[in-house]
Amino acid sequence: MFYRPVHLIPPNTRIDFMRWHKFTFAFSLFLVLGSFALIFIKGLNFGIDFEGGILIEAQSQGPADLGSLRAQLDGLGLGEVSLQEFGSANDVLIRLAHQKYTDADQQLAADQVKKERPGTRADELPRLAAKRADQNAQANAVAKVTQSLGTAYSVRRSEFVGPKVGSELIQDAIWAIILSMVGIMGYVWFRYEWQFGVNALAALVHDCVTTVGLFALLGYEFNLTTVAAVLTIAGYSVNDTVVIYDRIRSELRRYKKMPLAELLNLSINETLPRTVMTSGMTLLSVLALYFFGGEVIRGFSLAMIWGICIGTYSTIYVAAPMLIYLHLRREKVGPAEKAEAEKRP
Amino acid sequence: MLHFSKWSIWVTLGILLLGIVFAAPNLLTREQAEGLPSWLPHKQISLGLDLRGGSYLLLEVDVEGVIRDQLETAKDAARDVLQKAKVGYTGLAVENGKAVVKLLNPADVDKVRQSLRDIDRDMTVDIDGAGNVSMSLPDTVIQQRQVRAVEQSIEVVRRRVDETGVKEPTIQRQGEDRILVQVPGVSDPAELENLLVKTAKMTFQFVDQNVSQDQIDKGQVPADDEILPMDESNGRAGMPAKMAIQKRVMVSGEHLVQAAAAFDQNGGPDVQFKFDSVGARQFCAATKDNIGRLFAIVLDKKIISAPRIQSAICGGDGIITGQFTVAETSQLAILLRAGALPATLTKVEGRTVGADLGADSIAAGKLASIMGVVLVVVAMVIFYGMFGLFADVALIFNGILLLAAMSLLQATLTLPGIAGVVLTLGMAVDANVLIYERIREEMRNGRGPVTAIDQGYRGAMGTIWDSHITTIVSAIALYAVGTGPIKGFAVTLGIGLVISLFTAVVVVRLITATWLRYVRPKELPL
Repeated sequence: MFYRPVHLIPPNTRIDFMRWHKFTFAFSLFLVLGSFALIFIKGLNFGIDFEGGILIEAQSQGPADLGSLRAQLDGLGLGEVSLQEFGSANDVLIRLAHQKYTDADQQLAADQVKKERPGTRADELPRLAAKRADQNAQANAVAKVTQSLGTAYSVRRSEFVGPKVGSELIQDAIWAIILSMVGIMGYVWFRYEWQFGVNALAALVHDCVTTVGLFALLGYEFNLTTVAAVLTIAGYSVNDTVVIYDRIRSELRRYKKMPLAELLNLSINETLPRTVMTSGMTLLSVLALYFFGGEVIRGFSLAMIWGICIGTYSTIYVAAPMLIYLHLRREKVGPAEKAEAEKRP
Repeated sequence: MLHFSKWSIWVTLGILLLGIVFAAPNLLTREQAEGLPSWLPHKQISLGLDLRGGSYLLLEVDVEGVIRDQLETAKDAARDVLQKAKVGYTGLAVENGKAVVKLLNPADVDKVRQSLRDIDRDMTVDIDGAGNVSMSLPDTVIQQRQVRAVEQSIEVVRRRVDETGVKEPTIQRQGEDRILVQVPGVSDPAELENLLVKTAKMTFQFVDQNVSQDQIDKGQVPADDEILPMDESNGRAGMPAKMAIQKRVMVSGEHLVQAAAAFDQNGGPDVQFKFDSVGARQFCAATKDNIGRLFAIVLDKKIISAPRIQSAICGGDGIITGQFTVAETSQLAILLRAGALPATLTKVEGRTVGADLGADSIAAGKLASIMGVVLVVVAMVIFYGMFGLFADVALIFNGILLLAAMSLLQATLTLPGIAGVVLTLGMAVDANVLIYERIREEMRNGRGPVTAIDQGYRGAMGTIWDSHITTIVSAIALYAVGTGPIKGFAVTLGIGLVISLFTAVVVVRLITATWLRYVRPKELPL
């Protein structure tokens, strides 16, 4: 009468996940240390959100000739010009570093300021002139590039971020990350034993650090949107961890004598169908985002794809097995609740 | 868990119906939606600049300059006071945050003490026995005035943006001394930027005709004069490039009440303006006694024109002529109408997205959302059969309610926001997956259909709460400290999560309960 749905994970699956946990600890450690090494040695390709600078997206009628465009723009003397195909062969992303100004520029700017505000005090002048010179330099650079692009390209987007704003945005981003991590850990701590909170945080840091490491490895631009992705991964990862922790806690109450490793295996296996389904489903929607969402959020989607995979892995192989080492005192988990005792005869 | 009281069924259905009603205006075009009668829901989701195209500008107010300007003003006023009282002075200047002057005869102090104090009541005026006068602002006053300067700047920027006629601009204060300007549909921000950062301080001052051109070139002018350049764009043929102007302001642009671009008798563009009563009186007095002198109209320390006064002008009306283009007169009129900025503005961040890129982003976002929904919907049916279908219905309602909520709250949808929507889709089904897997477990433990479903819901609820709350915690953190795209993402993620709690848990449960009641299955197709 009814369609029988597919059961992806057969019931009573009993995979011995914990058997490999020492190996996976080493692997995770390798990932995290490797990420740190990449971040500090190779460095992140910070976008203009954080570095300050100028970004121009231009579109040509036919496929853009990056070689000649590069030669053309290099000739403008605007410092390092980075060119990159963006999505399609017709789209080019042009990035300029924050433009420096010379002493002559500053002199010129000082004249301008004096002209416009003759009342300016001598001790105020350098500050105002520097500001003005800086602004002129950015505006001139954009004008030069736009002029050089001429009619062959149409400018689709232009962004300018001042260095001061850039450093503030970094601060904001770091605050966002710290705040959400503290909030999440606090909640897990409040709901479970402290060991759970610590482990959830460890898994969280593991996921976020490796995501950032991936960006360092691939040299993808790291910008505000990427930070949003990292934070979402944090949320997703904890979500996944919490589901399994819930199960572990209830099994701890149920099987007072079962060795912890065995109990973790049981809990992970019991929740495996859900883990696979949810990760799979979320992965599907993020894949749709990656392939169809357009170039602007491709970096974001990539981070999410990685995050979903690593988040699922870290729940099983970081958050759960670490409980073995943190001397979880089982009597503190509390007696089996009445409802739970009734439910499982 | 499976029992629904009558009222809770109605409330649930009511919410879904309201969702449809409030989401519906989004199906219409913007014009159609605006044409709807006001008692009908007509709010549409508002798109971020990255989706509709437009300019985003972050301007910084030079608050330090404000205080400096006020000291300059105090200095000028002090000069007037001393001259009026016929008191000899020397060393009138602004230095180290103070306006200072030395009276030649310390005995004159009492003659001018009160008048100097009256210049600015908030200023501290210190006068020592040797006739040294120093005027300064206390820190609290400085702070107050800086705050006011930022507020006034916002007001001026708002008026200028409004005057240009762009639709739906957003002008907000950001942080202590920044102004955020967002104007949709503007793809060439250079013109707007120019308009916004102009100080537009207009004054009427006399030209010092006793100074020769030679002296001007050498920079030798009396202390009460300043050398100002002619505005290059409309310098008249035959006019000198620089003129010596008396520093004393006869009438200030604050007294303008009207300014409009118009044409003179010969068809040349000009700007006609009108003073308020104070301005009219000052203008009248200045012109009456000085017929035949050159009267300079100075905008931002540039001379726009310096006509000869033919007769006393006492009606409060005036005309600025020059060699203008029509565009220049209309810009000048806007600047004069909107008033002067109390401080210099500097652009510290600017982003512009062309309308066609925005349209491409919307198209890509739509496609991605649709593909995401289709993939998830199909997968749910494959793996959970009919129950998957229940969850899918809830998912669709999730989308509708999200649209309704965002339209109602007028939250801004950005491209990262669309990513948030797609992501919540995946996470919304998580609740159902949790429940269904729990039901399967209960079935394996030998429970009958009704008990299995009931226990499945009970068992999964705690987990669902925990997982939603942790994600909401991170959405709140994102919203609290994030800017621009991050905020947009946090909004959709947060709203989406709350809605998914309702649809995935309540709506699906209602459908399931109804199905159980009417079909009374012997076993569950799960």
